Amino acid sequence: MTALLSVQGLSVSFSTYGRTAEVLKGVSLDVPQGAQVALVGESGSGKSVTMKAIMGLLPQPPARIHAGKIMFDGRDLLTLPERERVALRGTAMSMVFQDPMSSLNPVWTIEDQLTTILKYADRRLGRDRDRRGRRARVIEVLSQVRMRDPERVAQSFPIMLSGGMRQRVLIAMALLSEPRLLIADEPGTALDVTTQAQILKLLRDLVEAQGLALLMITHNLGVVRETSNYVYVMNKGEIVEEGPTAGLFAEPRQQYTRDLIAAVPRLTGRVAL
Amino acid sequence: MEFLAFLARRLAWSLLVLVGLSVVIFVIARVVPGDPARMALGPRASAEQVTELQEKLGLNLPLYQQYGLFIGGLARGELGQSLLTERSVNEDIRTTFPATLELVLTTVFIAFLFGVPLGVAAARWKDSWPDNLVRAFAIVAAVMPTFFIALLLQVLAGYVLQILPTTGRLPTGTDFEANITGLLIVDGLLKGQFNIVFEAMRHLLLPALALSLATMGQMARITRASMIDVSRQDYMEAARAFGVPDRIRLFKYQLRPAFVPPLTIMGLEFASLIGGAFVVELIFSWPGMAAYGIRAITQKDLNAIMGVVMVSGVFFVLVNLLIDVLVGLVDPRIRIRGRRA
Ligand SMILES: Nc1ncnc2c1ncn2[C@@H]1O[C@H](COP(=O)(O)OP(=O)(O)OP(=O)(O)O)[C@@H](O)[C@H]1O
Ligand SMILES: [Mg+2]
Repeated sequence: MTALLSVQGLSVSFSTYGRTAEVLKGVSLDVPQGAQVALVGESGSGKSVTMKAIMGLLPQPPARIHAGKIMFDGRDLLTLPERERVALRGTAMSMVFQDPMSSLNPVWTIEDQLTTILKYADRRLGRDRDRRGRRARVIEVLSQVRMRDPERVAQSFPIMLSGGMRQRVLIAMALLSEPRLLIADEPGTALDVTTQAQILKLLRDLVEAQGLALLMITHNLGVVRETSNYVYVMNKGEIVEEGPTAGLFAEPRQQYTRDLIAAVPRLTGRVAL
Repeated sequence: MEFLAFLARRLAWSLLVLVGLSVVIFVIARVVPGDPARMALGPRASAEQVTELQEKLGLNLPLYQQYGLFIGGLARGELGQSLLTERSVNEDIRTTFPATLELVLTTVFIAFLFGVPLGVAAARWKDSWPDNLVRAFAIVAAVMPTFFIALLLQVLAGYVLQILPTTGRLPTGTDFEANITGLLIVDGLLKGQFNIVFEAMRHLLLPALALSLATMGQMARITRASMIDVSRQDYMEAARAFGVPDRIRLFKYQLRPAFVPPLTIMGLEFASLIGGAFVVELIFSWPGMAAYGIRAITQKDLNAIMGVVMVSGVFFVLVNLLIDVLVGLVDPRIRIRGRRA
């Protein structure tokens, strides 16, 4: 079976002030339909750059994509016309933002922000939904992320919500247009460990219930164990090891992976997921 | 609720500021050298005449009693007699303040109407030619003295091209009494005399433009900085990642949160505009309060000086309260937290 998302030999460099840094050196990874895959690596290894390349959010320049393909649903995103590329964004594939404090617009209500996103997603997909339909959908996704009082949350400004609630809103945002692939870049790292654990569980439950493919990006192997069945380990812009999660934990082949595993108890030791 | 408490606090604070202001101007007015009574009467007046006027004005009383009289007058809305015009200061201010108000409001309107879009354009095309142009304009507008701009405009549009009037608020001999608000445009509209509205606008254009350039440059600069600041926020990238179109991102997601700094600065600009208005009023023979105030200062017309400063102070305080409300409407964080970010 071919994968829903297949990154093949992706190379990206950044040029700033005349200096060029190779940030991704031939990265390849597959996310099959409905699978939960993790991309793990230490800070600066190139995880976010990979995610941005997939979402089409790399600032070019300074970034430049030298080589590789990003196949999504059988089409190469890198050669797709900009319009079709934008049409996929936030609809077929969408992402869960990391920082709940800064990823929501402070001057608009939650409902306003979600319905705006939905409105333009509908328009791109040629879907016909009126204002009330959009509102109903917003309330629906807010309930899906286990918001206790979705009506009230919808009317709230971000500042009125706790960090955990805002992170749920960010997940709801990603689910709005029934995507097939969800990319989550370190969701909840800005939250306390208990809340983060709840967020990860919620994410896993949602992905399983709705049959979504998930690409979980993190530096924390503890998160990997809880949210994925297949792992890619990234170091300095290269995939250095990959395999089913259980196997990788049992028999890591690389010293780099062993170091990452050794770091886990310190990070999540107190949390029972 | 927090917002009302916030506004109440601001109001109380404003009152305190006004009391402070009254003390300061009272002290300054009494400390400056020269005898107001002597100056008013001229060098040929006799010593008895001077003493008589001093007693009439209360200048022979101890300072604290003089302050008491001054505050008592203020509380009754009595600003006393002007030595210069020999009319009550109330009357003088009632006739001159609307002219200055109309000038300053028009100035701010023009500065905002052009300054904010210029700032938005500069931020949108950062580091390319629109940005460079706006930045150059802001600098030039800031360093060019108002009197120079005023004279330039007057000569160019008034004498060379002869397309706009260069003196007064209306053509001489116009029979129109602005007795509702004192603002010609507003009163003209209310009375349905649209030719008055049109003439008032024509007369306002040059002085208001001259006065507005510096503020316009300031608005553009602040708006640009604020827009760029917001553009770097995560929520801007999030909106892009969800496919919100650029136009919506610019005007809805970026401009509104970026709007608070220019609004706040605009409130502060009112102070320097009233101060700066006198140059423009003198050059364009504008019958305004700023020019009246300057004349009062040079003639040591104490009651008039204090009246003008107090009225300006009250106006400034009211404008800034209004701005606080506007800022609260634009940014819910301020409304909810009950304080400025
Ligand atoms: N806009 C940019 N300009 C220049 N270099 C960049 C830019 N964005 C990323 N990089 C470089 O790319 C490399 C990888 O960055 P990336 O953000 O992908 O790391 P990461 O794996 O997500 O790390 P973290 O766990 O800290 O989020 C870094 O060395 C960084 O310096
Ligand atoms: Mg990252």
